[in-house]
Amino acid sequence: MIKLFNYIPRTSPIHALTGAAKFACMLCWTLAAMITFDTRYLFILTVLAFALLRISKIHLRDVKALLIFTLIFLAMNNLLIYLFSPEHGVSIYGSQTVWLQLIGRYTITAQQMLYHLNVILKYTATIPVVILFVSTTQPSEFAASLNKLGVSYRVSYSVSLALRYIPDVLKEFHDISLAQQARGVELSGKESLIKRFKGAAAILMPLILSSLERIEVVSNAMELRCFGKGDKRTWYRGQDFRSGDYLTIALGVALIVVAILLNVLNGSRYWNPFI
Amino acid sequence: MKDALIKFEHFGFQYHAQSEPTLYDINLEIRPGEKILIAGPSGCGKSTLAHCINGLIPFTYQGEQTGSLTINGREARQQSIFEISRTVGTVLQDLDGQFIGLTVAEDIAFALENDCVPRQEMLRRVEEAARRVNIADHLDHAPDELSGGQKQRVSMAGIMVDNVKVFLFDEPLANLDPATGKQAIEVIEQIQKDTDAAVIIIEHRLEDVLWRDVDRIVLMNEGRILADTTPDQLLSSDLLTENGIREPLYLTALKYAGVPIREEAKPHSIRTLELSAEDTEKVQTWYRAVGEKKPAEEKKPLLEARNIDFTYENGFHALKDISLTVKEGELLAIVGTNGAGKSTFSKVVCGFEKQQKGSLIFEGQDMADLSIKERADRIGYVMQNPNQMISKPFIYDEVAFGLRLRGVPEGEVKDRVEDALKTCGLYPFRKWPFSAISYGQKKRATIASILALSPKLLILDEPTAGQDYRHYTEIMEFLRSLGEQGIVVVMITHDMHLMLEYAGRAVVFSQGQIIADDASANILTNPEIIRQANLKETSLYDLALRCDIESPARFVQHFIDYEREVRKA
Repeated sequence: MIKLFNYIPRTSPIHALTGAAKFACMLCWTLAAMITFDTRYLFILTVLAFALLRISKIHLRDVKALLIFTLIFLAMNNLLIYLFSPEHGVSIYGSQTVWLQLIGRYTITAQQMLYHLNVILKYTATIPVVILFVSTTQPSEFAASLNKLGVSYRVSYSVSLALRYIPDVLKEFHDISLAQQARGVELSGKESLIKRFKGAAAILMPLILSSLERIEVVSNAMELRCFGKGDKRTWYRGQDFRSGDYLTIALGVALIVVAILLNVLNGSRYWNPFI
Repeated sequence: MKDALIKFEHFGFQYHAQSEPTLYDINLEIRPGEKILIAGPSGCGKSTLAHCINGLIPFTYQGEQTGSLTINGREARQQSIFEISRTVGTVLQDLDGQFIGLTVAEDIAFALENDCVPRQEMLRRVEEAARRVNIADHLDHAPDELSGGQKQRVSMAGIMVDNVKVFLFDEPLANLDPATGKQAIEVIEQIQKDTDAAVIIIEHRLEDVLWRDVDRIVLMNEGRILADTTPDQLLSSDLLTENGIREPLYLTALKYAGVPIREEAKPHSIRTLELSAEDTEKVQTWYRAVGEKKPAEEKKPLLEARNIDFTYENGFHALKDISLTVKEGELLAIVGTNGAGKSTFSKVVCGFEKQQKGSLIFEGQDMADLSIKERADRIGYVMQNPNQMISKPFIYDEVAFGLRLRGVPEGEVKDRVEDALKTCGLYPFRKWPFSAISYGQKKRATIASILALSPKLLILDEPTAGQDYRHYTEIMEFLRSLGEQGIVVVMITHDMHLMLEYAGRAVVFSQGQIIADDASANILTNPEIIRQANLKETSLYDLALRCDIESPARFVQHFIDYEREVRKA
């Protein structure tokens, strides 16, 4: 079963931080890695990210599935970039240092390789941080801390509610789709697109009907236990913001500032060692 | 006498969307420490009554009220649903739907969170409530790691934590296996002793609730209260059977044997029931009157499962060397706890999952190379909830769906759909939309949509879940009639009445293995299998023991055969 949040309970300073602080920092971190193509900075971010992963006691084998998925995606991404635009680096850096001549326009240049390195570093700088967030944050604690940051509790509770019921709905989807396949609905690639589209509709309709039933039960159950009674609520998993949380957010903001500064200093988003 | 916590006076209610009132002239008082069972057939108004008690009416479901309802001394309509839920805690029937938290602890804390209870106090109160229902070891568990009984105990803790004065249970036994249901009734009794709260149980499975003492039974039908009296008095009358509620089986057996049921004999439980020597004599005479049953003729096998072994991707070894034969012309029950392998087995048979070892032989042909769709022409699978199958707005189109997907010419589609609809008694409704028919009719429509593909074997998952006695009988008699038309029916169930009355043979799964394959009457009188499979012995067994009958299994079988004759007549 697909789990969006894959909380791994361990004792570490990163686990102790509130979810909202980690979330804010993660967003800043990814943004910082997105806005700059400064290889040096991306490299530092990568080292930092892996160091944090180590501090958190989350091992790479804990997140193997996600990691493999990312690596495949990364490889595809690089391959496609090269296939469609083998001289992209040359046009960016304005110079051409050919290392190897392949067929036609496919050459291996230092500039293109640096560009690819940048793409790879962007992944390695951000993916560990995302992993860090999802595996050290208890979803309901995250909901609680969002509420602390001023997000309405109805909105922040929906995070936790979605996580609670998504696996149930997925399971139901799976069961319905099997039963409909038995009746003759084809979803496999053997069928024409129109038939598959109709097949999907035959699964969605019962799924929607039974989800509506579920929503009625859930909302009744919530009302019967006073959800929505006051303007505020407390949280079983809630925790107060401590200095570490403020530091975490400050770190995130600092990373963005540095990224912007580098863009200004470099005169563009790229750090060009070929000048 | 303590003041009533809940008091209905000449209370009536009509939903805005309906043309007739659902409740008429209800007068009912419930006091602290009382335990009340509200029983009645589907549509009798008991759910509406429950919604009035917990505040969902008028908060969520609007309508017109007459008379008065006071809760905790104040008129209910002047209170908000939040005030009412401080007095009345509700445990709903749908165990997953009401499990809102991501873990046990969070779910128990939910009401406290909404009440802005400080976190330190919350931790303490959650711990305490969890301990009382014996779930404190599982505080960090997610709902999918819990059994049905555990989820229900979490729900109980979730309302206990708020110190409510009334516990309202809406069909607490509907989703539990028999042994867990028995435990649930025990836990409810324990909670009541600890808290001195009033307990209201809405349930049509009378015999199972009466496993522990109940102060009063309120019998409802057609929106009115017909009786509000002690179990002993009600059970010695004919009101239950007249109103579509099944009386305990031991009482039915006594009546067949000509033993009158008297209030003084404490008939509310087989353990308290007083039987005179004369009564025992009558039961024995009735039992001896049966002739030896001729053994059933040997039938040809339709489906043979040989040494099926299946392990899920996550490493869960769900089926261990399963061998099983389904014969032509039989109604077979597959029973066992959740996770015992019965659903996995049906998935393997339908081709939804592929076994790692073993083979499936259908009419002498190995099904290994058949796709899901091809198997469906031989074996039909009907899901528990009809809403999970219906994909067209109109009945005719739904039943025709599978045939049209197979490219059957429209002329033939028409014939086969009409045949299937006639078999299911839905022909007059063929042009109706699903929104206009009842749950039982929907269920039959989904069966029709599978029958249209003319399978020889039907697998049904809990065919009667949540149905009252009348609808249960209706569905089961229908399935039996299919059997008479040559369709083999396999039912996955944990309803023991169903298994006893309709399935000639039952196969018991436990931890991925078959632990018994025998006549239902033999299984339900075998204490060892009952224990392993989380079943419950039938009260007929206890009655047989009390009357010194040498073969309880034959006594039970005799009862079933006798009842079938009575029903036919």
